[in-house]
Amino acid sequence: MSRPLLLTCLALAGLVLASVSIGAASVSPWHLLSDPEGTKLLFLSRLPRTAAAMLSGASMAVAGVIMQLLVRNRFVEPSTTGTVEAAMLGLLAVTMLAPGVPILGKMGISAAAALLGMAGFLALIRRLPPEEPLMVPLVGIIYSGIIGAGTTFVAYQADLLQYLGTWMNGEFSGVLAGRYELLWLAGLVAGLAYLYADRFTIAGLGETASIGLGLNYAQTLWIGLVTVSVVTAMVVVTVGAVPFVGLVVPNIVARIMGDNLRASLPVMAGMGAGLVLASDVLGRILRFPYEIPAGTIFGAVGAAVFLWLLLGPKRRAR
Amino acid sequence: MITVRNLSHRIGSAEILHDLSLDFPKDGITAIIGPNGAGKSTLMGLMARLVPIQTGKVEIDGHCVAKTRTEALARRMAIVTQRVGVASRLRVGDLVGFGRWPHHHGRPRDEDHAAVERALAAFDLTELRDRFLDELSGGQNQRAFIAMGLAQETDWLLLDEPLNNLDMYHARALMARIHALSREGGRSVVMVVHDINYAAAWADHIVALENGRLAFEGAPREVLTAERLSRLFGMEIGVEEIGGRPTVLHHA
Ligand SMILES: Nc1ncnc2c1ncn2[C@@H]1O[C@H](COP(=O)(O)OP(=O)(O)OP(=O)(O)O)[C@@H](O)[C@H]1O
Ligand SMILES: [Mg+2]
Repeated sequence: MSRPLLLTCLALAGLVLASVSIGAASVSPWHLLSDPEGTKLLFLSRLPRTAAAMLSGASMAVAGVIMQLLVRNRFVEPSTTGTVEAAMLGLLAVTMLAPGVPILGKMGISAAAALLGMAGFLALIRRLPPEEPLMVPLVGIIYSGIIGAGTTFVAYQADLLQYLGTWMNGEFSGVLAGRYELLWLAGLVAGLAYLYADRFTIAGLGETASIGLGLNYAQTLWIGLVTVSVVTAMVVVTVGAVPFVGLVVPNIVARIMGDNLRASLPVMAGMGAGLVLASDVLGRILRFPYEIPAGTIFGAVGAAVFLWLLLGPKRRAR
Repeated sequence: MITVRNLSHRIGSAEILHDLSLDFPKDGITAIIGPNGAGKSTLMGLMARLVPIQTGKVEIDGHCVAKTRTEALARRMAIVTQRVGVASRLRVGDLVGFGRWPHHHGRPRDEDHAAVERALAAFDLTELRDRFLDELSGGQNQRAFIAMGLAQETDWLLLDEPLNNLDMYHARALMARIHALSREGGRSVVMVVHDINYAAAWADHIVALENGRLAFEGAPREVLTAERLSRLFGMEIGVEEIGGRPTVLHHA
């Protein structure tokens, strides 16, 4: 096991302990295990909440790095390229037009919309000059702003704005057993991406290098895009998007470990899980007994890190 | 042998290659020469299926490039393009390792590791193997990508201006290395070179392109004459015999 992976696992273990012991009802760790009421609390609420935070963090980090390799730009992730907004638009459309559709169906439509949104983004940036890599995230932010504004307008007209709020801002206080299990599927999809780790790394070398090595570039691109959109849609549907996870985590890990996904993907997943869980734990402590959504905390810190990555010490974008 | 038949290529309304037909002989080094914009990289890209063929046909040892699966072609031919660029943040060792990917698709065996070691050693990269690509000089970066192509250990090696960015020492080391491969390893190399003297010293066969057409081809001693080169590049070029080889004096 590599050292970064070991450290990530250790940190995660500590965070999990903290997460199951902290909450509105103050129960000692001992009671969680010995007392029947405590056990119920543990399995109904604390563990699901912890798992939900970790699964969404891990899968969003994986989605982020896949997107960065396929787009060949370090500054993109689902929430800065219109993918999250498109997923919300799709979800809004089903909610309005066919509210009876079961959750998996909603997720599917949302994922399809996310895929379309990403395809639109790729078509847009194809026209950008390759020597201006910073244009890509800027165009992405404008593009997601446009889709987001359209979505907000539709939601406002249909009086569904409160839904948008929950989809946009990852929040784990409502997570209970039976209401978050879709996230395991997101985690599974992100885990399956590991089978394609080499292919994504090669795709990150560019289309010509990929063809030279005999990689089926188009297929790899599609598998990557489908992975990203499915993960995004599942996270948006169940707990709401946690912005910047997919950007901050891969950037930090790539600085230390590089872009060879076979080595770095587990660390990225672990760090994504850890940072989102840490935000959630912080959100529970900061204004105890009230809660601040994890998405708000990560969003604030993540935006600052994003700006620093963009404007800070000179770095290549690709 | 690579056979090119009636190959034409247009980009928009511009015709880049006009009905080109020629052969690249097996075993040995073929150097493609010609002025900027003659279509050398385009020809390479079409031969290596990096660009889809529009009209005409390319066969590599009897396998039609347009119809053979890309995975299978990657085990027959390796290409290093002119603009490798700094792509991602990979370690040199990992990059060269990906040259073996066509052979093992993710499960490297001993022979794959051995091939990587050979390629790293051949280009003085063993010490740099743990460095990231974006922390290398231009020439080191170029060498890493050539080493990746070499590690692929295919029958055909296509190199587009491999001497770019290389210092004298590494340029000659590269030529000596591929020359040895073509002699002992039975491998064939097609390379684009701008420095005619490298072509004269190491190549077995010369292909000269001009405006998307074949200007001339043949053995270096026969075709590298003052008259032909002057016409090809549109300037006075003197050619002297030094050490039994044609030597081009074009610097002044
Ligand atoms: N994407 C493109 N769009 C339009 N024209 C192009 C494009 N790519 C290449 N060309 C043109 O095709 C011609 C051949 O280009 P190519 O890159 O094959 O030349 P080359 O012989 O490799 O030149 P160099 O020695 O400079 O590498 C040039 O005139 C070039 O301007
Ligand atoms: Mg060229």
